[in-house]
Parts: sequence; structure tokens; C-alpha cells
Amino acid sequence: MSLLLEMFTYPFILRAFVVGILVSLCAALLGVPLVLKRYSMIGDGLSHVSFGALSVALACGWSPLPVSIPVVVVAALLLLRMTERSRMGADAAIAVTSASALAVGIIVTSLTTGMTTDVDSYMFGSILAMDRADVALSVGLSAAVLALFVLFYHRLFAITFDESFSQATGVKVGLYNTLLSVLTALTIVLGMRMMGAMLISSLVIFPALSAMRVLKSFRGVVICAAALSVISFCVGLTASYLLGTPVGASVVIVNLLVFLACCALSRMRRRG
Amino acid sequence: MTEQKNILIDCRNVSLGYEGKAISSHLSFSLCSGDYLCVVGENGSGKSTLLKAMLGLLKPMEGQIARDKSLRAGAIGYLPQQTRAQRDFPATVNEVVLSGFLSGRKGRFFYTPSEKSRALMNMGKLGVLELKNRCYRELSGGQQQRVLLARALCAAGELLILDEPVTGLDPAAAHDMYHTLSYLNRTEGLAVVMVTHDLPNALKYATHVLHAGHKDWFFGTTAAYLASPYGEKFGGDAQ
Repeated sequence: MSLLLEMFTYPFILRAFVVGILVSLCAALLGVPLVLKRYSMIGDGLSHVSFGALSVALACGWSPLPVSIPVVVVAALLLLRMTERSRMGADAAIAVTSASALAVGIIVTSLTTGMTTDVDSYMFGSILAMDRADVALSVGLSAAVLALFVLFYHRLFAITFDESFSQATGVKVGLYNTLLSVLTALTIVLGMRMMGAMLISSLVIFPALSAMRVLKSFRGVVICAAALSVISFCVGLTASYLLGTPVGASVVIVNLLVFLACCALSRMRRRG
Repeated sequence: MTEQKNILIDCRNVSLGYEGKAISSHLSFSLCSGDYLCVVGENGSGKSTLLKAMLGLLKPMEGQIARDKSLRAGAIGYLPQQTRAQRDFPATVNEVVLSGFLSGRKGRFFYTPSEKSRALMNMGKLGVLELKNRCYRELSGGQQQRVLLARALCAAGELLILDEPVTGLDPAAAHDMYHTLSYLNRTEGLAVVMVTHDLPNALKYATHVLHAGHKDWFFGTTAAYLASPYGEKFGGDAQ
């Protein structure tokens, strides 16, 4: 217990908690429509693009966030176009984009600085990565995501459930899809520093999947995904502090356990 | 319903297609309030494309589609073909039906009490009221179509447009669907446009038929259609 209390005396852990809770909240909210629209791969693709952008920025000595945010937003729009245009080739296109971005990042890194701890922390996340600017940015971002999500909740539901019907009733489907992918891009850039490029997309996908196992209404799934995501993050971060494991991986494992528990619960319910 | 018919949709010499390639050309027909129009024809003859054009989602390459003022602002009840993603979608029937009210009105983010009660009324009309809190993915195919039709009613003022509403339904559910549509058409006075492959059943209820072929097309009343060479070929066993 005293160990837990001691944990909160470190300012960097407090910052990690604030940023992590906000980012996992946003990721879970955005994750529900993304998973239902079969866009889960976009999150994965974006995190790799983000890694590429970060390593280039690092190699050139630029500050990482101002470089990677626009790059990832543009990538998000491109990936969205690909997904919309050809359902068939979309997953392949995303896989190619993400692998290429990763390759660019690795080559640039090995030619310049080499695999430093900085690069390692971008790949697999670091609890030390959060500075004051990150905290401010994530507070702003999550406020924006939350506000947009609440205001456009019904429209997001409609376009997620049935794009052609929404279009026919005059909802600007393209606009909301763009909004969704831009917000996802921002969430991923922010969360990546702590969770790592390889692991951040699980924050988008896992909570939505878990919630969908046990709940039947869209509203229920959204709220449950947000709650599960925040709880999993807090448990994961605490565990990583106590056990000395990396943050990103610990949070993913907690999410996995929650998902398995939800699977078991839904199976038990079906039998009983 | 008064018998005064006003034209809801008027197509004049319309050619439709994608990326400069015409699928159907020089279509002319008009749809009046209270009509029940079946759009039939082979696969790839542009039936779904025509529906998109009627909904205003696709600009015709040539010609004009004039829509009545009452249909502006998306007040058309549309029942699209079901997508695979919808089959396992976590949403209650109530949530799905309410989403019919989002017809492009700006400035409001939430549903009003009157919209909520109208949604309940439409669910009652289609016999899905007791399923209100059930999960959409747990319903049978026929029940899902009824829910989607209730949603379409929430959006529709005068016109329902349906894309293959009975495809994938078992015969009993299909019969139910036709019955419901016919009720909405005759009693509630809604105009119905339906793309279908189920010609014999469709012709039982339709007042007009649009037959889309690859090179030519036919538009007329059901009786005229059955007497025409198209009707003899396709609907010979419908009488």
C-alpha cells in the first residue's frame, strides 16, 4: 500500500496517469465506430506512420510532435480514402503503407543516431516520455474528442450502422469519416509516446471488442468500452510500476485479460 | 388520402453511369404520390444506380431528375441492402429506428420527445414494438428488415425507396414484407419504389413497372407491362 502511495509522489508518474487516462478514454471512444466499420487496421497503420515520422524528426533534430501530427493526419486521410475506394485492396494497402513507414523510420535511424533509447521508447513506449507540453496537449485533445463525440453521437451511430442510409437522409458521411480519422490520428500520436508504436493500436481495438462481447446496445458498448479502457490503463500502469515491466506491454496484457474475461462471460451467459 | 396526385419524382431523358460510362440511358418516367413502382431487370442493368439517382446521391450524366419540394432535405425513407457489418452490430432496435430522424437537420444534436414517440409509433405499425430493447443482431432476417423499415418510416414523409427488401428472407417473412408494404401504400398513402428480383410477387402489388434492360427499358402500368413483350418473357406466370 505504501508502495502505491509512494508511486504518486513522482511527478512523471502523475503525468503518465493523466495523459494515459485521457488517451485511453479517447482511443476507446473512437475505437467503437472504427472497429464496427472494419477500420481497425487504420489505427495500426497510423501508429507505424507515426513511428516513421518521429524517427525522421529525431534524426533531423526537430521536435517530434509538430512534425508527426501533420504527417499522421495526412496519412489518416489517405488511408481512409483507400478504405473507401476499394474494399478489396484496403487491408493490403494499409499493410503496405505501415510496413513502408516503419522501414523508412528504421533506415533513417540506423543511418543517423542508431538505435538509441529514444527510438526504443517510440517503438515500445516509455513512462518517462510525458513532459508538460504532452499533458497540456492531451488535455486539449481529449476535451475535443469528448465534446465532438457527445455532440455528434447520434450521427456517428448512424454512419457507423448504415452509411448508405445516412447519406440518403442527408448526413454528410464523408465529413464525419474524416473527423473520425483525424481524431484517431491525433490520439495515436499522443498515446504512442507512452504505449509505443507497436502497441498503441490495441488501445483502440481491445476495449471496443471486449464491450461488444457483453453488451447489446450501442450506448452501452461506448460507455463500457471507455470505462474498461481507463480501468485497464490504471491497472496496467500500476502493475508496471510494481513489477518493473514496460508500461505499454503491461497495459496491453491487462486489456487482453479483460477481453478474455468478457469472452468467458458472454459464453457463460449463452449457456446459462 | 385525397386522390389528387402530385408528381414526386420526374425523370426526363436521364442517363446514368459511373466514370463516364453509361449504364442506362434516356430514361423518362414519373412517380406520383401513392404509386407503387417496381424496378425490375437483369443484374447489372443499373437498378441500384437508378435508386441512388432518385435519392439524389448520384448526379445523372444527362437529363434531369426533378424532385417534389416535400422530398427535399432527405425526407425519403430508404431501405438499403443489408451490409455484412450490420449483421453483428451491437445496437438496440430503439437506437436503430431513432436514427431515421437524422435527416440532415442542422443545429440539433439530440432527439426530441416528439421524435421518440413517433419512433415508438412506427415500431408499433411494423409490429416490432415488443422488440424495442432487443439487440439488432439477435433478430431474424425478417425482423431486421421490419426494423429497418420502421427507421425508413421515421425519415419518410411520402416516399419509401427499397433496394431488394425480400432478398434473403424466407417465403413467410417475404410475404409479410409485401403485406406490410401494401398496407403502407394503400392505407397510409406512401409511394413505394422497390428494386426486386421476385417478379411474380412484386407484380401482385405494383401499380407501375420499370423494366431496366441493358439496351432498352420499359415504363408503364402493371397491366401494360404484362401485355408487353418484356412482361410476357419475365412475368408470364404471374397472372
